Amino acid sequence: MKIAVCIKRVPDTTAKVRIAADGKTVDPAGVEWVIGPYEEIALEAALKLKEAGKAEKVTVLCLGPKEATKELRTALAMGADDAVLLVDGGGERDAAAVAGALAAEAKGLGADLLLFGWKAIDTDQASVPHLAAAILERPCVSFVTKLEAGDGRLLCHREVEGGTEALEVPLPCVLTAQKGLAEPRYASLKGIMAAKKKPLVEKPAPAAAAAVRTERLSLPPERPPGRILGQGVDAVPELVRLLRDEAKLL
Amino acid sequence: MAHASPYTAMDFYDVDALLTEEDRIVRDTVRSFVDAEILPDIRRHFRDGTFPLDLIPRFGEMGLLGSQLEGYGCAGMSYTAYGVICREMERGDSGARSFCSVQSSLVMYPIHRYGSEEQKRKWLPEMAAGRKIGCFGLTEPDFGSNPGGMATTAKTVKGGFVLNGNKYWITNASIADLSLVWARLDGGTIRGFLVEKGTKGCTPEEIRGKYSLRASDTSGIVLEDCFVPSDAILPEGVGLKAPLSCLDSARYGIAWGAVGAAQACFDEALRYAKTRIQFDRPIASFQLVQNKFAEMLTWITSAQLQAWRLGRLWDEGTHEPAHTSLAKRHNVEMALKVGRTCRDILGASGITEEYAALRHVLNLESVITYEGTHDIHGLILGERITGIPAFKG
Repeated sequence: MKIAVCIKRVPDTTAKVRIAADGKTVDPAGVEWVIGPYEEIALEAALKLKEAGKAEKVTVLCLGPKEATKELRTALAMGADDAVLLVDGGGERDAAAVAGALAAEAKGLGADLLLFGWKAIDTDQASVPHLAAAILERPCVSFVTKLEAGDGRLLCHREVEGGTEALEVPLPCVLTAQKGLAEPRYASLKGIMAAKKKPLVEKPAPAAAAAVRTERLSLPPERPPGRILGQGVDAVPELVRLLRDEAKLL
Repeated sequence: MAHASPYTAMDFYDVDALLTEEDRIVRDTVRSFVDAEILPDIRRHFRDGTFPLDLIPRFGEMGLLGSQLEGYGCAGMSYTAYGVICREMERGDSGARSFCSVQSSLVMYPIHRYGSEEQKRKWLPEMAAGRKIGCFGLTEPDFGSNPGGMATTAKTVKGGFVLNGNKYWITNASIADLSLVWARLDGGTIRGFLVEKGTKGCTPEEIRGKYSLRASDTSGIVLEDCFVPSDAILPEGVGLKAPLSCLDSARYGIAWGAVGAAQACFDEALRYAKTRIQFDRPIASFQLVQNKFAEMLTWITSAQLQAWRLGRLWDEGTHEPAHTSLAKRHNVEMALKVGRTCRDILGASGITEEYAALRHVLNLESVITYEGTHDIHGLILGERITGIPAFKG
């Protein structure tokens, strides 16, 4: 089985995000970038399959700016065999266009299993994997929390309200990783040294296209300041009322 | 890897942009490791005066031990990468960084540089993997800044050597599998001896009651007619310059590590100042507080640039010991000033273990003393500038 793991370069979860002057993108100044945490889980799951002898090769695939070589090198340092960066030449690209570019590349790589994180934590769209599955006409299971490889098939678990659902899916297929599927390893220093010698191919991404366009980005409204209702037991009835009627916590 | 804590390293001049992509991956991976593995338990270790021993094999798995050395199971990375590791480790705690400094620079480095092929093969892969722990016995109760005066002796006897003396202020000595003991051989030159744990006549004694580096083992070593076989001597290291070269490498790591401690304190104090309300305003809005941050930002930026440039000198092989003295001296003093200033901004909260600043300050009181005190490095620089040694008779 050949696995391709699609990763996205996203601002570090702790980065303080500012909106750029165009009002539509994130200002990259002072932002540290990382592999999306769910993609990291997907990569770890792929590496585990390889270590268990269930996959011969793990390729990481990314559509992003030229600087995303750092995230791909990190993935190689964690243990992926090779990497492909589809260098984004700019312009707006909606989820379908991203899915199209990744699907075409994954098909070219001959990947039997295409793994994604269930969502990219920057845009929160969670639509690229499903669009890619539709383009490739492959079955898709999302929010996978456990994965076992059988003969030409995969057994996937996913969490559903109050329980677990076990699904069987034939290869080739598309899966999206949810928290719990695997605990990402640290890139070791030896891995980082080895990654320098692993193949990382950069090629231009297909021209950008977008049917869905970003109108504008805006930051969440500032939280209103706290209120002081009074002091001592006299304030309790009003506090209880607000917790019940306004905050709806009771 | 996305990291678990809200830590943001102050890097005003984007000095990390000067690092290679590889070094930045090292930074990210060690930073995540410190967040997930060191910080959650460090307060307990500091309180109890214990070292997180369970982390040592993890350091090994990550390749953090002897990372700057080639071969024998070591990662073979640049000195800049080694510096970045020290910086990120000391962001967690100076004790964790001290462990790595001792293992990497004070034990693995001399074995790699001065050891026999057999010694390298026996010890380096095990130490790189974190399965064996080393310590470096140079300092004595009566010989700190003046190690050349050491009283520990080695006497050639049939089949080996007999060691006698006392070593003191030795990081890791009580937990070490291997002690590299420096002693004067037959009244002549200083030589290094590899003393394995359990060797008769070699007894570590933990130093208790420390206010500083509590999450680190600091011990003395008593050597009483301690016999070691003839293959225990480091064949290539002759004279005081051998242990001094190890200290040079360790000091290099400290120059970077201090930046991490300062960045940790700065980040914590800034977060606090923005949310701590006094006189109906966040204290970050007051001019006196802002000035403190402006000063600290300047100090940290200056120290970052020194560390980075020193890294380049080491990687190019053009460094001299005085270069390292300058950055070690400057950066540790800088970190202490930042730590104390942050402790002040934190107000009363700053004296509790809820905040890291005072832990860093207490640790840095050791860091400014060990591996050449602040004043001794001033004298090394003084000699380099004037050509006149001030500390020799």
